[in-house]
Amino acid sequence: MTAAARTGDARETILGRVREALRLPAPPPHLKSHALEPAPIGGLPVLPLEAARPWLPDGGDSPEESRRILGENLARLKAELHQVADAAAAAAFLADLARRRDWKRVAIHGHPLVAAATATLACDTYQVDAASFDKDTLEACDAGLTTCEVLVAQTGSVLVSSATCGGRALSVLPHVHVVVAMIDQVVPTLGDALHAVRERHAGRLPSMLSFITGPSRTGDIERILVLGAHGPKELIVLLVG
Amino acid sequence: MTPPPTGSATHPGTDTATPRLAKKKFLQHAAEHVRDTGHRAFVRKALGGYYTTRDAQKARYRDYEQARDAASLAKWSAVNRLDELLPRFAENFTANGGQVHWARDAAEAREIVLGLLRAARAKAVIKSKCMTSEEIHLNQAMEADGYGVVESDLGEFIQQLRGEPPYHFVFPCMHVRRDEISDLFQKHLGSAATSEPEELTMIARRHMRRLYVEADVGITGANFLVAETGQISITENEGNARLTAGLPRVHIAIAGIEKVVERLDDLAVLLPLLATAGTGQPLTCYNTLYSGPRREGECDGPEEMHVVLLDNRRTAILADPEQRDSLHCIRCGACLNVCPIFKNVGGFTYGTTYQGPIGSVITPHLRGLADWNHLSGASSLCGACTDACPVRIDIHHHLLHNRRNAARTAPGFFERLGHRLFVAAASRPWLFAAGGRTFRAALGLLKVVRPPLLKAWLATRDLPPAPKQSFRSQWRRR
Repeated sequence: MTAAARTGDARETILGRVREALRLPAPPPHLKSHALEPAPIGGLPVLPLEAARPWLPDGGDSPEESRRILGENLARLKAELHQVADAAAAAAFLADLARRRDWKRVAIHGHPLVAAATATLACDTYQVDAASFDKDTLEACDAGLTTCEVLVAQTGSVLVSSATCGGRALSVLPHVHVVVAMIDQVVPTLGDALHAVRERHAGRLPSMLSFITGPSRTGDIERILVLGAHGPKELIVLLVG
Repeated sequence: MTPPPTGSATHPGTDTATPRLAKKKFLQHAAEHVRDTGHRAFVRKALGGYYTTRDAQKARYRDYEQARDAASLAKWSAVNRLDELLPRFAENFTANGGQVHWARDAAEAREIVLGLLRAARAKAVIKSKCMTSEEIHLNQAMEADGYGVVESDLGEFIQQLRGEPPYHFVFPCMHVRRDEISDLFQKHLGSAATSEPEELTMIARRHMRRLYVEADVGITGANFLVAETGQISITENEGNARLTAGLPRVHIAIAGIEKVVERLDDLAVLLPLLATAGTGQPLTCYNTLYSGPRREGECDGPEEMHVVLLDNRRTAILADPEQRDSLHCIRCGACLNVCPIFKNVGGFTYGTTYQGPIGSVITPHLRGLADWNHLSGASSLCGACTDACPVRIDIHHHLLHNRRNAARTAPGFFERLGHRLFVAAASRPWLFAAGGRTFRAALGLLKVVRPPLLKAWLATRDLPPAPKQSFRSQWRRR
């Protein structure tokens, strides 16, 4: 039997078992909020996200509040947050950072904001694109500089995508990840972030979307927190505007 | 370095043990672990920080209890429409350029993965944490076929070097002390001795970097399968899954069929709850959605992406409406962290892939109630697991359901005899009174004689003093 035929068989068998199993209905879920939401539960007309919005952690009702919450969350996550007035100030900040850290080479991608912010870097830059991509070169870089799709106040996350942030590895392979973003890229909640990314990439989502929430970490040894397990040890967010 | 084969057949945590022996082994290992107060203290201390951070994060929800409702609802509506959502996921993922494979059981899943490795002419395989791969014993099968495979998650890597399966399905090596890890790394990686968790982590980091770059196949699990967009979602903290799914030429993800959710938006509820319940974080460090291989115009990413959808008796749980909600499990591990049994007997005693309360519920379904019903008794029925579950699975009642089902299908001889005798006595007052007199007299005798049948019970308990009169006669006097 060919592999394709076998996989077809398996598909039919599994879906057959699923249909058979679901002939008996399950009781409704054990919810605490019956009294508050009497009608929607059984019939499922309420989307869980819509229902959950007022229950999940706060993302702020105004841009200022969202930025404040974002700042608090990033601090808790041990990520750095800096704010500068414009692209020139961002470039000066990064040039200074690269000098202080003695970075030899940083990886960047072709986004205009990243290009402007890295214009005055004294160290080498490695521009990552489809033609130049090389794992070894990227691995040897001291830092990766990317922009992001949006920043999420509610969780302190940075949403990067393979389409607009220099692919998959740039934001995770180098030892330091610097994110440059405009101040209006801050959104209140995860739901808003997913909504924004769907609007932007209407109908064709990037092959990878990643919510980055603080620098890479592990607690595998005696449940003690260590930063920089496999991904970046440091996450530096630079807000412009 | 060649890692030793994972999970030797004699290890307590390996679930290839002869099923008939499962109960005997459970009792034996439980007794050993309960006596080991050092181990218990160590596990409790390791979990101490979890309670603090979890409670702090729960407090940041405006209403955590209702957020659990939303998560529960998202999973309930997906699991009860698997017939519609599974094909929809497969269709959308295929349209994104990925390939879907269906595996009825563990053997078929292993064959599929080995077939993909052969087709890819794989030389080096890197893996990120994937409990379904533990369930199907993938590493052993890959090693038997000559493929070197390295676990990249720090905890899993440590367990791989130790030749042990995970102790806890979220914190795989929470039972291992830092000095043991230092010794292990000295032996296998030639590193210097250290007692700093940070330094130990950096040793693993340095060791793993080349392996990511050189691997040609990356194997991961999946926490959610999004039907409407054909994406898989992977939750992790270390960045190892990002590297495993991003750098190699081929990405294979293995997922149970119950991982499907309908909408991308559902993740805006499920991801925070998974992190909060699992580790006390607002969100784990990396939550990544993959919709297929690298797109035209993207810089990097795999050329091929495969998802293996595993049944392996999940449909048997689905067929039981009463316990169908145990498929809502998002494997956060919260029920293990709060379970008094887990904290006392430890993760290996269960002898299962999925430990703790949820493991005790689903293992009898996955591997047979007759041999695994003893897990239903591994509970104080305190309900801490049910309280902790972010998707509101009625865990401790399911343990009772399993006990009832076991009693229905194959009641034990002594249990049946006991119930018969009780029914006979309870319906005849004179016999009941006579029985009471006999037992009161026997109680004094038992303290001296200690029959072997009661040895286990009496080893850790004293018999109460025998009352002079029965309850009924005391009642009449009042």
